[in-house]
Amino acid sequence: MTNQRILGLAALLMLFASCATTTERLLESNSSQVELRSFQTRAFDTTDKETTLRTVIATLQDLGFVIDKAELDLGSVTATKLDNYALRMTVTVRPRGETQLLVRANGQYEIKPIVEPEPYQKFFAALEKAMFLEAHEVE
Amino acid sequence: MKKILAVLLVFSLVGVSCQTGVPAKALELGPESLAVRQAQSRVFDTSDEMTILSACSGLLQDLGFNLEESDTKLGVLVGSKERSAVNAGQVAGKIVVAVLTGAVLSVDKNQVMRASVVTKPLGESKQRIGVRVTFQRVVYNDQGLISKRQPIDDSQVYQEFFEKLSKAVFLEAQQI
Repeated sequence: MTNQRILGLAALLMLFASCATTTERLLESNSSQVELRSFQTRAFDTTDKETTLRTVIATLQDLGFVIDKAELDLGSVTATKLDNYALRMTVTVRPRGETQLLVRANGQYEIKPIVEPEPYQKFFAALEKAMFLEAHEVE
Repeated sequence: MKKILAVLLVFSLVGVSCQTGVPAKALELGPESLAVRQAQSRVFDTSDEMTILSACSGLLQDLGFNLEESDTKLGVLVGSKERSAVNAGQVAGKIVVAVLTGAVLSVDKNQVMRASVVTKPLGESKQRIGVRVTFQRVVYNDQGLISKRQPIDDSQVYQEFFEKLSKAVFLEAQQI
């Protein structure tokens, strides 16, 4: 291949690259919304939102997170763990029917969303212990 | 043989690029988590969470932190401050390396330190308030890049914090 052809190819590639945008990451269009929710969500048999949120905060602290913000009315907690990496989690608590609360967690590791089930399973295992309640999977 | 090696190399590279997920231990309670919790916590014999929180916010101010977030209903206070992270040893090392090899090392310059205080009523009758504080910091080098991201887990720091908090609670009670 001549140098000219290589140059031509490179120019073409650059052109394609400039057409692709990185804004699809804003709405994370590539992941399955339903599947992700099921990884990230558990139901607990309690209606005490405040105690649940305080337990979520204590669990995050036990896991080495530093709490960034928390709000009772919205039922949300955000925390960051720094340990040569950055792991950020947001946990929300909201009522489900008359007898349960739904706890949903979502996290990002460095600059990527956590889309695998294992990290969430570990988080809920730790939360279950602190809640003294079983975490039910939600369909 | 060379081809096989090349293929193996490519596969190992693919393997490496897949291992960027969450570290296995990041969301597990380690055996040390109880000891860490104890070092970062103290209990006060009062049922007045608000007084303790306000003493904590006074203490964060004493320590030069700016309050970033607070939610009194959940007992959360978050503060941060930016300070120099220049370390004389590192700077000396930089000079020595520069003189000997001509290479320019980057050294730590600034750090952003964050403190997060959480209060929690304890026991059935909620007659005691537990306070847990956690610190972390991000260090930037002289090129503006992050050089360290870490928890601050020196037990001395926590001991000193709570000594100061005891004083702050006393001052709060005296309305000083």
